Order: sequence, then C-alpha cells, then structure tokens
Amino acid sequence: MNRENLIWLTLMLLGGGVLLVNAGVKYSQSGTVNGTVYVQEIVADTGPDTPPIVTYERTIASLRNEPGVSFSLSRTIGVWAAALCTLAVFSFLWGDNPLYKLAESVFVGVSAAYAMVVGFWTEIVQNLLGNLLPDLMRRTLLPGLQSTKTTEWEYIVPLILGVMMLWRLAPSGGWIARWPLAFFIGATAGIRLISYLESDFVQQINNTILPLVVLTADGTVDVWWSVKNVTIVFGVFVSLVYFFFSVEHTGTVGALARIGIWLLMITFGASFGYTVMGRVALLAARLEFLFDEWLWVIDPLQRRLGL
Amino acid sequence: MFEFFRDLDRRWVFLAMLLAVAVPILAGARFPEEPSQMVRSVFHAIDNLPEGSRVLMALDYDPASEGELHPMAAAFTRQCALKNHKMYFMTLWPPGPVMIQKQINMLQREFPDYEYGIDYVNMGFRPGYEGPIKLIVTDLKRAISADVHGTSLDQIPLTRDLKNIQQMDMIINVSAGYPGAKEWVLYAATPYGIPTVAGTTGVQSPLLMPYIPNQLTGMLGAIKAAAEYEQMLIDEYPQLKDNRQAQEALRRMGPQLVAHVFLIVLILIGNTIFFIERRRSR
Amino acid sequence: MKRTVPLIIAATTGFVLIVAYFIPYTETWGETAMAWFNIIAAVAFVLGGFNLMKNQLQKISDRRPGWGYAAVTLLSFVITLFIGLAKVGVTPSTTYPEHPWAGSYDQEGAAFWWLYEYLFLPLSATMFAMLAFYIASAAFRAFRAKNVEAVILLITAFIVLLGRTYAGIWLTSWVDPLAARFESPVVSQFIVGLRLDRMTETIMNVFNLAGMRAITIGIALGVASTSLKVLLGVDRSYLGSGED
Repeated sequence: MNRENLIWLTLMLLGGGVLLVNAGVKYSQSGTVNGTVYVQEIVADTGPDTPPIVTYERTIASLRNEPGVSFSLSRTIGVWAAALCTLAVFSFLWGDNPLYKLAESVFVGVSAAYAMVVGFWTEIVQNLLGNLLPDLMRRTLLPGLQSTKTTEWEYIVPLILGVMMLWRLAPSGGWIARWPLAFFIGATAGIRLISYLESDFVQQINNTILPLVVLTADGTVDVWWSVKNVTIVFGVFVSLVYFFFSVEHTGTVGALARIGIWLLMITFGASFGYTVMGRVALLAARLEFLFDEWLWVIDPLQRRLGL
Repeated sequence: MFEFFRDLDRRWVFLAMLLAVAVPILAGARFPEEPSQMVRSVFHAIDNLPEGSRVLMALDYDPASEGELHPMAAAFTRQCALKNHKMYFMTLWPPGPVMIQKQINMLQREFPDYEYGIDYVNMGFRPGYEGPIKLIVTDLKRAISADVHGTSLDQIPLTRDLKNIQQMDMIINVSAGYPGAKEWVLYAATPYGIPTVAGTTGVQSPLLMPYIPNQLTGMLGAIKAAAEYEQMLIDEYPQLKDNRQAQEALRRMGPQLVAHVFLIVLILIGNTIFFIERRRSR
Repeated sequence: MKRTVPLIIAATTGFVLIVAYFIPYTETWGETAMAWFNIIAAVAFVLGGFNLMKNQLQKISDRRPGWGYAAVTLLSFVITLFIGLAKVGVTPSTTYPEHPWAGSYDQEGAAFWWLYEYLFLPLSATMFAMLAFYIASAAFRAFRAKNVEAVILLITAFIVLLGRTYAGIWLTSWVDPLAARFESPVVSQFIVGLRLDRMTETIMNVFNLAGMRAITIGIALGVASTSLKVLLGVDRSYLGSGED
C-alpha cells in the first residue's frame, strides 16, 4: 500500500470512528441517533365526498414525543444521503476519486431532469396546454383554470416551433431546429438592443452627469461630496479612455489610460474581496448543515433543546 | 521555515481553510453589526412604503447560493409581513420554487394571520430568462396564468385586478446571477420606473453599483449586508430579538471574520516567499 | 430556405420587439412574441435533458472511458424525470381534492422534493462551497505584488476583506476619537472616513462605481452592436457552418 492510500485509509477509519462515537454519545444522551428526522402529521378535511388529505411536515426533534409526531425513515435516510453527498464532493480536495465522480454524475443527471420537470409543469402545461387544450386541462391537471377560457389558436405557433426544436435530436434534418433557434436569437437581440442602450448606456451617462461642486443648504461648499463627484466623473472618463483602443495609448492619453487601469484595479480588488466573502458564506452554510442537522454537535436554532 | 511554506502541499491550505470556517461555527462566535448607509437606505425604502403596499418578491436563486441569499430573502419577507405588505412571490430560476416555499413556510409559522391569496401569492417559476420580466411588465397574466396550485390568477383576490407589475409599489429581488437583479433593472426598473431593491451575492454586488441610486434604490451585497440588515430589523422590531431563525447571517459573520483574516495571512505569506525567492535569484 | 428563412425569422422577431417598444399600438405583438419565447425556453430544457440522455447513451454503447459514470448519470436522469413527471408521492392539493393530478410537483414530502432536498441541494451547494478552498489556494500561490497594478489590487482587497467584517471596525476603532479632536469639519470628515468599514463603502460607492460604470457602458455598446448584427443578418454564426 502506498503512502497516499495509507493516509486515505487512516482518514476513513478515523472519520468512521468519530461518527460511531458521536452517534453513541447522542444515543446515550437522548435515546435517538444524530441525523434523525421527525415529522408532524397534518390532516386536512376536504369535505364529505373526498377522503382527508394527510401530509407530513418536518418538526423539531424536541417534540418527538408529542401526538402526531413520528420518526421519518425517508427523511432520515435523506439527511444521511445529503451528508454523504457533501463529503463526496469535498473528497475532491484530496484529489480526483471515484466517490467524487459518482457524486458529480448523479448531480448532472438529477439537475438536467429537474430543470426539465420544472419547465414542463410550469410553462408547457400551464401556458401551452392550458391555452391549447383548456377543457382537458381543467378536467385533469389544472382544475383552477377559468371556466370561460377557450382555446387560443395562436399558441399552435410555439407548439410547432417547439417540435421543430426537438428535431435537433433526430439523426437528420438538423436545419429544422434553426427556425425556432432563429426566433429565440432574434427575440433576444430585439429586447437587448433597446434595453442595454437605454439602461446601460444612456442612463449610465445620465447617472454620471453630476455637479462637480456641491453646495450645502447654507451655501458653503461640501468638500468631500464634491471630491466624490469629481472622482466618479473623472474615474468613468479615464476608465473609458483605457478601453478606447482606436487611439494609441501614448502622451496624455497614455497617462489617462494608466490612471484608468489603476482605477480598474481598485474595482477588481473590490470584486475579489466580495467574491471571497460569497464563497466563505457558502462553505459556512455547508459546514453548518453537517454540524447541525447531521452530526448534532451544534444547535443554533435550538431544534433539539431538552434532548 | 521558508522551505516549509514554499513547498507546502495545497491540501494543507485546504485543511487550514476548513478549520478557519469550522472552528468559529463550532464555537458559535458572533460579532456586533453596525448597519451601513446602503443597508439603511434599503431598509427605509421598504419600511417607508405605506402599510399594505404591493411588493413583488422575485427570488432568483438556487441552493448553490442559498447560504448567502436565504438570510436576505427571509429578512425581506419578515419586514414586509411586519409592515402588512402584500407579497407576490415569483422566480426565474428552476430551483427557485423551493426557495419561495421556504419563505412561505416561515410566513405560516411566524405570521399565522397572514392569509394566502389575500396577503401573499406564490406565482412560482417561469422559464425564459429575462423573457417573463419583459412580458409581466405589460401583461402579467399572459406570462403567469395561474399560481403554483393551478388556480387562475383571475380567481385570486390579490391578483384579480392586477394587470401588470407596473402596479407594484416595489420590486424586491434576491439575485444569484443571470437572470436576476441586472435583468430586473434592464427590463422593469429603468423603462417603467418601478422602485427596486436587490439582495445579491458577493460576486454580483460590485457589478450592480452603477445602477444605484437612480435605477436601483439600494442593494444588500453579500452576507455582511444581510447580517447588518438582520441587526437593523431586530433593532426596529424588537419582537425578533429571540427569533434565532431571523439571525442566520449574524451567526455566519463569525466564520466570515476568521476566514477573511486567514486569507490575508495567506496572501502575505505567499508574497513573502515570492520576495525572498526573487532576492535569492538575484 | 435552410438559411434564408431563419434569417427572416430572426430579423422579423427582433424588429417586432423593437417596434413594440416605441409604438404602443404594437405592444401586444411584442407580448405575443415574448409569450412564445417563454414556451420555447421551456422546450429548450426538454431538449437539454434529452440531449444529455443521447450523449450518455452514446458513451455507454461505445464503451468509452468512464462509461460507468455515464450510466449513473443516465440512471439518475431517468429516475428524476419519471418521479417528477409522474408526481410520485404527491397528494392532491386541499383546494382541488377531487383532482389527484393537480397537486404540486414539488410538494414537501413527495419523492421529487426528496431528490431536490437530499441530492440536488447538497451536491449543488457543496460544488460552489468548494470554491472557498480554491480561492484560498490561489491567494497563497498566485496573488503576487509584482507591479503597481497588483499592489493596488491587493491593498483594495485587504481593505474590503477587513472592512466587511468586525475586524475592520475593531482595528480602526481609534479613528472616531481622533476625528473628534479636530475642529475643522473637512479634516474630521476625512479622518472619520478612514475607518476600514467606511473606506470599503467609499471604494464601492466611488472607485468601484466609476470602474464598473465604464465596463457597463462598454458592454452595452458591445451587446447593442452584436444584436444589430444578428438582426441585420451580418452575424450568422448561430446558424452554424454546415450546409445542412
């Protein structure tokens, strides 16, 4: 066994040992193992003709002995599966390994199907089938559809375009999918052309037209507000000069462009700081899940008081 | 010492980062928060709306950024409920419906008098990236004909007389990227002048600054702003003081501080190695 | 026909949307185009899913390296799809109890919800959380103060990193008492602004704003010209290069 595998094995054994000890401690303290999920039964009475609808909502472990609260096997397996998935992805930090690849494969499959299912139920059923087959939809999938709604034949167009788009999967006739694609691209270009010019060009210039000398209510100069405005106006100008490659960056233009790149460096520095902040927050959230919901070593939401 | 750091396996850096985040979580480290000017302006923009105002809650994020954005979404939802605003939830991200459901679960738990269809409605997800925004600014029901339960918007009291989102008093957008805050600014806030505030990820925050304050009233940038917002909410509404769910971002600022300091130390060590090596090579 | 019709479709759709913006009478044309657009976007999800399925099947049948993982992807795709479309475990909604198929596909407790909550969520969230580690490693290995630009970037990053935590306030807690010693409001305002959290605000509201605004203006011009090229048929790259 080489050194790396030995370290792996030791880590696995250590981790497993810690898990067992933790589970044992939790069991001896509370009579239940960490990661266990309890649910509250909710019975909705829907009238004399239909049976009551029973659903289950997650509840805090402290209430496990209350009436209507029971142990949920599926959700408990879920918490352990989620923890395993988290650790499997983290294992990539050690190096590429089959566990990570497995997790990655599951992720790709689940997320593609997830988007497809959501798109189907929310748009295709509601807005396409709901407009083309309102009677059928009212009887089956969309009982809340207005009773006055009738077929809107214009929706036959996106249906045809949609089928043409799926033609891409066929072995031949790939050009058929270009029609809906052209519609998609044309629409995107149409809405972006105007919106970007209005919001990101005209309005940005408008936002930059600022008073360079700001006066307070009593007529004196607000020095720092004025400095701020001057910096913004000058900053936008020099940064644009840096991006302007039609003129050679020499002499005055070169000097301005140099200040421009310094200003852009401040911008990128700020972006870096904010990016770090974001990534750390995500890591903290994952670790909190492991420590709180799975291992039960912290209880920030006081979900297990008295256990 | 020099050789140790120069030849350090990056896995040790990973382990140190893990500890920098994990230890403060385990220790429950927390720090006081002082709301910045930007956070105050977002808070007052929502708080100064008359009671019962119409607010579009556009929650455009997924689990990947939930750690950063859920505290903001929850704080916005709580504040709107405390002000009795009417909330219209929707999302442009496929995993977004679950994010909305979490806010609705919170409303049902903490504000039991808040009634579905009267005080808030869940319009769910719509595909098409910026497409739905472009449509709902002029015709809401053509893009969203029914709520998540399949009930036609014409039959829900809150949406019965709503033609488009120009009738909203404010758009609150919690955004993780595309489509998100930028698209709401481009297609709703700028052309129609609908007051908009955003809560965004750290990556996105610097990109949205040019829109403030004319096109975007204000913005909460990353977890730090969320923590300040939670603190401000607690200060203004003391009934939230003992609500631990309302302090998620405040809790996260412990690991945040240690990790930031750790990163600075890493950069300093890295540069020290760099300069020593450069001097030796001369 | 294979190339001309798409060009006409793209141009017509685009110009209809532009006209709809300027002429209120044509607003409904634009709305119709967007309603269709959103439906086609949903079909794109379906296409994406089936395309993945096709690729994975190809990989498995060719016994390409890693075909076992392709099988796992395929299996998770098919299972999720079936569970989501068949609404496995979904109870009827209380609003329409007599319609068994009207319950919400993502209802809490149902199988599709389980897949989301316990597989999709942890995998997706952890994939992004991993970037914290790589940023740390990059900071140690690659973030070097090699020239003036890099020094500016580093100093800004330090200020922002400290200024966005309590460390910034704590390290510069001497600022406010010092500022109080000066009578001139201009001087004291300047000193007050030296507290790290306030410096971070200044960086964001002034320097970052100016830099980002220039970038935003540049991108806007790029997007506008690209869009115009597509609508006028100058840029045809979306049609692909092949004749078919």
